[in-house]
Amino acid sequence: MKARRKFILWVAVLYAALLAVPAALGVLLAAGLPAPEQEVFLAIVSERGPVLAFAALILLFVSAGVVRWLFAEYVTAVHALAEQTGVVLGANPALRVTTQGAREVAAAAAAINRLADAHRALQRDFEQRARESGAKLEEERNRLAALMSELSEGVLVCNAEGRILLYNEQAKGLFAAGETDATAALVGLGRSVFALIDRDQIAHALEKLQRLRQPGAALPTTRFVIATAAGRLLKVRAAPFVDSAGAVAGLVLALEDVTGLLDQETARRGLLQALAAGVRAPTANIRAAAENLAAYPDMDAARREQFVQIVAAESKGLSQQLDAALRQYADALKAHLALEDMRAVDLLGVVRQRIGASLGMASKLEAVDEELWLRLDSFAFVQALAFLAARLRDRYKVQSLRFSARAAGGHAELDMGWDGSAVPSDALSLWEDEPMQVGAEQTPLTLRDVLERHGGEVWYQAAEHAGERSAQFRFLLPAGEAVAAPARVAAATAESRPEYYDFDLFLESGATRALQERRLSELAYTAFDTETTGLEPSAGDEIISIGAVRIVNGRLLKNEVFEQLVDPRRSLSRESAAIHGIGAEALQGQPVIEQVLPVFQRFCEDSVLVAHNAAFDMRFFQLKEASSGVRFTQPVLDTLLLSAAVHPSHADHRLESIAERLGVRLIGRHTALGDALLTGEIFLKLLPLLAERGVATLGEALAASRETYYARLQY
Amino acid sequence: MTKKVLIVDDELNIVTALEFLLQKSGYEVMTAQNGDEALQRVESFAPDLVLLDVMMPRISGYEVCRRMRERADWKHIKIIMLSAKGREAEVSKGVSLGADLYVTKPFSNNELVGKIGELLAGA
Repeated sequence: MKARRKFILWVAVLYAALLAVPAALGVLLAAGLPAPEQEVFLAIVSERGPVLAFAALILLFVSAGVVRWLFAEYVTAVHALAEQTGVVLGANPALRVTTQGAREVAAAAAAINRLADAHRALQRDFEQRARESGAKLEEERNRLAALMSELSEGVLVCNAEGRILLYNEQAKGLFAAGETDATAALVGLGRSVFALIDRDQIAHALEKLQRLRQPGAALPTTRFVIATAAGRLLKVRAAPFVDSAGAVAGLVLALEDVTGLLDQETARRGLLQALAAGVRAPTANIRAAAENLAAYPDMDAARREQFVQIVAAESKGLSQQLDAALRQYADALKAHLALEDMRAVDLLGVVRQRIGASLGMASKLEAVDEELWLRLDSFAFVQALAFLAARLRDRYKVQSLRFSARAAGGHAELDMGWDGSAVPSDALSLWEDEPMQVGAEQTPLTLRDVLERHGGEVWYQAAEHAGERSAQFRFLLPAGEAVAAPARVAAATAESRPEYYDFDLFLESGATRALQERRLSELAYTAFDTETTGLEPSAGDEIISIGAVRIVNGRLLKNEVFEQLVDPRRSLSRESAAIHGIGAEALQGQPVIEQVLPVFQRFCEDSVLVAHNAAFDMRFFQLKEASSGVRFTQPVLDTLLLSAAVHPSHADHRLESIAERLGVRLIGRHTALGDALLTGEIFLKLLPLLAERGVATLGEALAASRETYYARLQY
Repeated sequence: MTKKVLIVDDELNIVTALEFLLQKSGYEVMTAQNGDEALQRVESFAPDLVLLDVMMPRISGYEVCRRMRERADWKHIKIIMLSAKGREAEVSKGVSLGADLYVTKPFSNNELVGKIGELLAGA
């Protein structure tokens, strides 16, 4: 608008100037003439009026044309140049400015490009140096992250405001939702720990730690037990850490799943109670009879015999009961404590190493299913196999063994075989009951004990193939469950840095300032996108997919994403399917929107929403408010409007056009998550450009969006 | 007048021992081995005191105690509950159902006889 007004003004000025010259010349000429000649002059002028008016009109066109040319060559070109230069400076240093303007403008463009080259070179050099000095720090951080992921405990670190600034996969797993529970809180950087652990409990822990702290002494820790939304019981060990001023800056929370242990404790208590109750009655009988015998020595023989019989019978019963209870107790203990899940390959590796080192026997690994897991007391089992190997070597001169293992139904079959010497079929049953001894190591346990503990079996098999004799012991053991290998952190590079921690959150200035006044760079965002059955929410179109990613402290957290297909409960149009590529069959059995929105709302908690053309997605959400009971009350930023605020002269603010302009790579478009990631990256690129225009806080961003929204409405 | 004691327990061994003990201590003794029998004996034998085991099949000692306390004409009968369960909750339950005393097994013969004597003397 401003440009058009300027254009009109320029034309008017030029035109006025062009008219003024001949007019002034005419007036001067006429003024110098005597009166009769003046009249003749005026008559000539008025007679030639139409010609003069036509000339004036021509002059108007000429001046408009000249101004237009000047505008295109100089004004607009310089404007465009300035805008492009802004992008180079703020978002895309690889971009080079171009111009269709005058030669002088082109020269300026070339100069800007040279400057941009120099700037980029300088920037690269600077980045290179920053990278080098950052690499060491990065390495330290990655080492820490790797260490964290190796821990068997879950770890959460939060600052004094309760924002999570570090966590490991284990912690995430411990708080993961149960299958039936969609409302479980989420573990994520910058998220509130109070959603996971009761605020009072944390406050109490902090208070206790403050009280326990002694100057100069080691930092104290405190423990408590919490229940997760999914019903797990976690033992939490909280330790404070202090800042340089000595104030508590946050808490380290070590989490251990004690659900099983508590079950075990309950079982143990139950057993003890049953034992006490079971022992009391017979003891009472014995005691009553015995005290009668003692108190009335003169009772008749028959009566005496009766009491003696009571004492004998009850004592016998009592001992049996004690034995049974103790056995039960020991079994429960063993069953709980010793069995662990282990990969068969790993177990056999240990066995082979063991019989090689202590018995000097060779062995080889034959077919072993890599994915086979066993549930066993690996120490006892390795001992059992070594014991059998020792017997085979000592009694039957077996020199080398071979091992194989495979799944067999719900069990695992593990074979220890050898060539040549057969073993009498009853040898194994004899060995089964001997205390196991390997070298100097001896245990009161027998092979039978070990097998019973595992609910396993072993038997002997012999075969003869083409004159070659071979034999083996076959073990049947309970199959285990695969234990997820902890996520290992790859070699340190800036790009692969795991996003499980963000120590910059330490510096968070606090939620004391109103949200509107907070800087855009320090807010947490959820960039999201939806795919829908069509473009008309009010005409019954529905969401079929939601994707989202979190942005915290200016970082796109690619492992904190949300991705969910939604059953729209209506048919899909062919046109929409062509865009998102989601077929009806993919949506069958998916949750409906009323189930998905509450979960998505939890994911978005405490963050500003970011979407491209957000009004469209928000309209879909709004129409579901009544049926889902979910209302998104947080602020929403729209990358479309923000892009228009940054680049008002560009008309095209489609996601891909902005991406191209800002140098963001297009990957995985038209999936909700793909577009959410793209939107997030674009948003991060827009932030410095907004800052250049003085848009630094959330309030300012919302105001700028409103302005461009109205501006766009006028077009 | 000789006081009458009813012993109720499903375990014969303890019944035999207690019967002998209480007879020697000068009481008139009757026995029962389950709840139904116990209630019949209370009716017919009209004891002054009942030694009542808690853990019995079908009708438990608690139930016998509760039913006895419902009868106004049995209010005066003393009840000592004998039990292999000794948790506080169980003791409280026995006492609140109307038992005069809750004795956890095993017990000393002398003490039991002493307590029976005290309860009956106070009656």
